[in-house]
Amino acid sequence: MVIWDEKNECMSRDEIEQLQLERFQAVMNRVHKNVVHYRKTFDKLDIIAEDIRSLCDLEKIPFTTKEDLRNNYPYGMFAVPLREVVRIHSSSGTTGKPIVVGYTKNDIRMWSNLVARLMTAAGVTRDDLVQIAFGYGIFTGAFGMHYGAETIGASVIPMSTGNTEKQIMIMQDYKTTVLVSTPGYALALAQRMEEMGVNPNALSLKVGLFGGEPWSEKMRAEIESRLMLSATDNYGLSEVIGPGVAGECSCKNGLHIYEDAFIPEIIDPETGKKLSPGAEGELVLTTLTKEAFPMVRYRTGDITSLNYAKCDCGRTLVRMQKVMRRSDDMLIIRGVNVFPAQIEEALFSVAQEKPPYQLIIERKGAMDNLEVVVEVTDKIFSLELQKQRSFVETVKKRISAQAGINVDVKLVEARSIPRHDGKITKVVDKRQI
Amino acid sequence: MLKIKNINTYYGQVHALKNVSLHLNEGEIVTLIGANGAGKTTLLNSLSGIVPPRSGEILFRDLPIGSLAAHQIVKLGISQVPEGRQIFKPLSVEDNLELGAYLYHRAKKEKEQIKKTAEMVYELFPILRERKKQLAGTLSGGELQMLSIGRALMARPRLLLLDEPSMGLAPLIAQEIFQVIAGLSREKSTTILLVEQNARAALKIAHRAYVLETGRLILEGMAADLLENKEVQRAYLGKDKKEIWER
Repeated sequence: MVIWDEKNECMSRDEIEQLQLERFQAVMNRVHKNVVHYRKTFDKLDIIAEDIRSLCDLEKIPFTTKEDLRNNYPYGMFAVPLREVVRIHSSSGTTGKPIVVGYTKNDIRMWSNLVARLMTAAGVTRDDLVQIAFGYGIFTGAFGMHYGAETIGASVIPMSTGNTEKQIMIMQDYKTTVLVSTPGYALALAQRMEEMGVNPNALSLKVGLFGGEPWSEKMRAEIESRLMLSATDNYGLSEVIGPGVAGECSCKNGLHIYEDAFIPEIIDPETGKKLSPGAEGELVLTTLTKEAFPMVRYRTGDITSLNYAKCDCGRTLVRMQKVMRRSDDMLIIRGVNVFPAQIEEALFSVAQEKPPYQLIIERKGAMDNLEVVVEVTDKIFSLELQKQRSFVETVKKRISAQAGINVDVKLVEARSIPRHDGKITKVVDKRQI
Repeated sequence: MLKIKNINTYYGQVHALKNVSLHLNEGEIVTLIGANGAGKTTLLNSLSGIVPPRSGEILFRDLPIGSLAAHQIVKLGISQVPEGRQIFKPLSVEDNLELGAYLYHRAKKEKEQIKKTAEMVYELFPILRERKKQLAGTLSGGELQMLSIGRALMARPRLLLLDEPSMGLAPLIAQEIFQVIAGLSREKSTTILLVEQNARAALKIAHRAYVLETGRLILEGMAADLLENKEVQRAYLGKDKKEIWER
């Protein structure tokens, strides 16, 4: 089993903790000096960097939330002057404004190496052809995986999303050995291949790296048997770095968190209390090496648990369980993070009123589908048919612009959405993964 | 091999080191960079027992040394090359070196070993052999620095603390000293903690580095990464400025 960075992936617990303490103390000094938000928060609570004498003292420090990031939109959380930032990405915010994250040159290099670790752990080598079917753009997924593959020395095919037939053609002709996509898209590819009569055995696929949305062991088995590859999970989020926070090794029993770069904690999402190792709760991450966008105790909203037991692969890094649930109402639709509030905002602003609505998420074939069911109000009802149709189109466009996903919008009769105690369940997730 | 946790060192009322944690792995060159008065020398002096820390933990090869006296710490294998060389100028080069081995003087059987170590030092710095019998006061700045390093090596340290070895030296001589330091780590696998005003040169030969600012550590990382860090470049490297011999 090949390990990309043996020095950092196989440290003793003692060494990891010493390094984490040193780096965390330095991060505290740095954010206090350079980030107004942290300085204010710490000063208000009378926390000084010298209070951090062990990793247990982490608990004294308040969490950073998506709300904090929104309040500091766009550049308030940056710890370096903008001129030193060489890349800006963003991720979905809870409302109209996204969350902006930045990278220095060094950050990009560290990021590349972190992704190289998880790709190596999944079995990627310099001889591989890596087809990346994540969207290249403002989200971090495609670029992160791209850099990781390049760092290893593999050949990258930056396919981006969509155009399934072309993806399959390239897979056949270019002899792609590694597929990077969301697990849902992997299944969509498999399905299309079957329809086209492409035999997956005739492909050169060897490894698949899937992330961006929750997927089960059942889905893993299905992807592996239908695409004839070894499917691994990896984890990351833009606010923290993008992909490269954690990745599965060939044991496929939990994702190794790169603890020299991040400190993971598990908390009770209700009380915020830190839970003992092994307990299930919300993952909280602190970055240790990031220059432009350091995060101290960021609440990821992802529910998981940590396993400190030794792994057969030789890595000493803690493992997190696959993330299957969220602690908030965030939805992940085809790998894109969407908050119901974003959709509500878009709908209400187009309607100029507040029509009753319901979001229905289904898996059609392998792909997620989000349908916005809107009850016709008197105002909408009074519109001519053509105007009603253009209303639907405008809602679709606004949601797509604000949330970054395409949805279906359906108008239904007034009072036709089922109510429980007079209330509509706003989000109905019918997916079974 | 060395592990420091939360040390606080004071000069009277002055809090010179604030909760500093740092470590060195076997065989590594680690450099400590920072402005004047940041606490670099204080950190070395805390390690060697000259200014013991008021609180915190120092483990050297798993042994707590924070409350030991300087001579006991030398015995365990930590030697310091002090800032400004601190050579005994009225003594000969040879005698200065021999003083570095005072730990071993009482034991007869060590005589051979001391000679051997001196031989090793002369090989490292051939100019010292030529000046063996000369009084140290007649040496040039570079030679004095070599003698100072040589004297520390006579104690056969596992960990060498170097305080501003390039201070006051002509660029070419400084470069020579840095090469010797890199060689000590490479060939003799001596672990080295290097404090340097010339941050660029230090980062070039070091594996890892820490940045100290008014008594606090604000950065840790691979030396190569810190060379690329804009904050470090701005504050300690002098943007685009290179020493003549680095071009």
